[in-house]
Amino acid sequence: MAARRGTLAAGAARAGGERARRRTTPLIGADPVQEAPAAEAPVRRPAAKATTTKATTTKATTKKAATRKAATRKTAATATPATVSTPRPTPATAPASKPTPPAPAPPATPARRKHRPAPRVTSAPSARATTQAGERTGRARLSPREKARRDAESRRPHLRLAEPPPPPVEEAAPPLDPTISDAPGRSGLPVPDLTDLVEALVVALRVAAEAAGVAPEDVERRVAQVLAYLRRRLDGDYTVDDFGYDEHFTEHVFYPMLRPLYRHWFRVEVRGIENIPAEGGALVVSNHSGTVALDSLMVQLAIHDEHPAHRTMRALGADLVFQTPFVGTMARRSGSTLATNDDAERLFARGELVGVFPEGFKGTGKPFSERYKLQRFGRGGFVSAALAAGVPIVPCSVVGAEEIAPILGNMGTLARLLGLPYAPITPTFPWLGPLGLVPLPSKWIIEFGTPIETEGHEDGAADDPMLVFDLTDQVRETIQQTLYTLLMQRRSVFF
Amino acid sequence: MARVVLVTGVSRYLGGLLARRIALEPGVDHVVGVDVIPPPHDIGGVEFVRADIRNPMIGRVIDSAGVDTVVHMNVIATPTFVGGRTPQKEINVIGTMQLLAACQKSSTVRRLVVKSSAAVYGSTPRDPAMFTEDMGARRTPSGGFGKDSIEVEGYVRGFARRRPDTEILMLRLANVIGPRIRTSITDYFSMPVIPVPLGYDARMQFLHEDDAIDALVLGGAGSTTGVVNVAGDGVVTVLQAAALAGRPVLPLPLNTAGFVGGMTKRLGLADFSPDQMSFLAFGRGLDTTRMRDELGFTPRFTTREAFEAFAATLGPAVPGGSVLSDAVSGVAGTASQAVLRALGAGSGR
Repeated sequence: MAARRGTLAAGAARAGGERARRRTTPLIGADPVQEAPAAEAPVRRPAAKATTTKATTTKATTKKAATRKAATRKTAATATPATVSTPRPTPATAPASKPTPPAPAPPATPARRKHRPAPRVTSAPSARATTQAGERTGRARLSPREKARRDAESRRPHLRLAEPPPPPVEEAAPPLDPTISDAPGRSGLPVPDLTDLVEALVVALRVAAEAAGVAPEDVERRVAQVLAYLRRRLDGDYTVDDFGYDEHFTEHVFYPMLRPLYRHWFRVEVRGIENIPAEGGALVVSNHSGTVALDSLMVQLAIHDEHPAHRTMRALGADLVFQTPFVGTMARRSGSTLATNDDAERLFARGELVGVFPEGFKGTGKPFSERYKLQRFGRGGFVSAALAAGVPIVPCSVVGAEEIAPILGNMGTLARLLGLPYAPITPTFPWLGPLGLVPLPSKWIIEFGTPIETEGHEDGAADDPMLVFDLTDQVRETIQQTLYTLLMQRRSVFF
Repeated sequence: MARVVLVTGVSRYLGGLLARRIALEPGVDHVVGVDVIPPPHDIGGVEFVRADIRNPMIGRVIDSAGVDTVVHMNVIATPTFVGGRTPQKEINVIGTMQLLAACQKSSTVRRLVVKSSAAVYGSTPRDPAMFTEDMGARRTPSGGFGKDSIEVEGYVRGFARRRPDTEILMLRLANVIGPRIRTSITDYFSMPVIPVPLGYDARMQFLHEDDAIDALVLGGAGSTTGVVNVAGDGVVTVLQAAALAGRPVLPLPLNTAGFVGGMTKRLGLADFSPDQMSFLAFGRGLDTTRMRDELGFTPRFTTREAFEAFAATLGPAVPGGSVLSDAVSGVAGTASQAVLRALGAGSGR
């Protein structure tokens, strides 16, 4: 029985570390009640008796006093004078504000001192307590022996009191845990080292290329490029700007993917590329057509490939684009962002080339019979953004995009059901299934018109609706006229 | 002028560090730290008072110490650490209410600094690329920490109306990350395989823990008022962050997020509320012009550097994975060498 009580007491002592510490730091305002738990504590578990609030009394010579408790008391005893000696304003402020507090009836001064004790560390923080406080140590769980050793360490009063508060510099670079530093860094995955794989792969490809009769150097170069790209992607070694534009991806995947379409399928002819300024902000305003909004991608690629400065057009897209998985991600990565004034102004402030398609879904979803008839140009938000930033507006007319998927009818119910602006019926879709998504190979002409300057206007011009509407109409008319001219010059839809 | 600073939430990692730093600031006489549990770490020259901010007793602490600056750090982002969503909400909302009530009653409080969060902006596909302080959430967060933060800010605004003589600064911090701090985000990126929403690649901004402390110290010591976004420069996408952390990703459709979130919570890997799920799908960016111009603070770490500082402390995703990967590399290397030699012999012939 005695033995069992001993183990029980030891267990309670071990488990009660947290509780004991809590008891030494009483909840404020709960002062006189302190005596009650102290009185009931010895009844239940004798081990916890040592942690009564009166730490300075020398009642401690109980025969049950284990080494741990003794040490605790010693810490408290030695710590108390030190605490008093340190210049703390508490004793000064407490009597000053003594007349005002209404609540505690019992003699205030000693009680107050007791209520506001400094936290005395009597044990090293357990791993759990630390993580619960929102700190990640990365250490493995301590063995009981190690924990006891650290407890003893943290209890050593002379060390604790002599220790000055660590300087902030030390905080800035917390020493990493030694158990982590020798751990393998980021290549912890069971993925073989890429360089070795590359080597093996290149060798295999050389063999294959030689067998196929292609120059192995050429193949090797291409493969090396692809692998270099993949390596950077796998390492996360690329930058994304504030809008989500990922230049590395766009240059290496997105544009190369579009180029065959641009060069060989639509055979895009670009006119007036010199109208796009080589640097600084500008707003490209274009017509929008083609059921699937390929024209925005083609304009973007045209500017990138044909312009001497290889500028990137930052298109502004509709809400729906960014709600759709994959499409929205791809749009952000390739430089598009949401069509709001906030984003447009931010882009202009950075001197970016912004592209808008103010017809929106009205333009792409119009029936084939209305081809090349410009729809309403939104609410003119793009013009006021350009006015506010004082950037030129470059009108852009795209001919050929209307014929890539002529809309013969619209499945309105289905569109509403799917939450889409329209569900088109074209000569090929939905009859041919996925094949119907292949655009017809029409011949495209993209013409950039003379820039319309917006700089000369006085301050606050962006808030003048009349001016904004006038400019909007001017841009719209320019594009419409250019479209008619281009259509007259065009020999046929497909050549 | 004697300055007495009260820091709530001092037993948490960030709060403890902050209290210690404020105590070292010149011009600060005395720092009182308040929390319900004693701090597990050494808080230096800070006087610890065990009090619950959900309890009116906090008013007496403020009175008796003559506090003139209150730094409210006890808005908890991670439900795991306080025992679930209910206590979290109680601490965040009721705690703030009680603390503000005490501040309103007090005749000494001159300045209030609240650690708020960028979660107030929510995360939707209709968000602008960068939120300035004047913008609101496009869709108000319907639950979780985001809603708490909005309510906390609401109470702070109410307090500002009733006590116009008090300087109030609200710092909307981006997700704090670093080598030591533990949050939902660090839990998430510590998972051996990271589930990501299929078809989305959100932009995220991080703030290094040291920068967070510096910004809060600056906010407590300075005289800036109003709302200020605090975030590291640049953005990192979810997939990029996973790559930087050296973790494989598992793309899952967004509508399974609830189930996966429940599973990870059950397994104790990470605790994610629905608003954090939408953060992982749509992301968020903060405009930090005001942070530089008005608060006069420049973070030392960019978003990417902050994340890399965190990623450097991560162990391997799979224990023993390095051995396996070395073995596979070795085999591949040997094989390629062998083939090369054979080829060399072939071409030489």
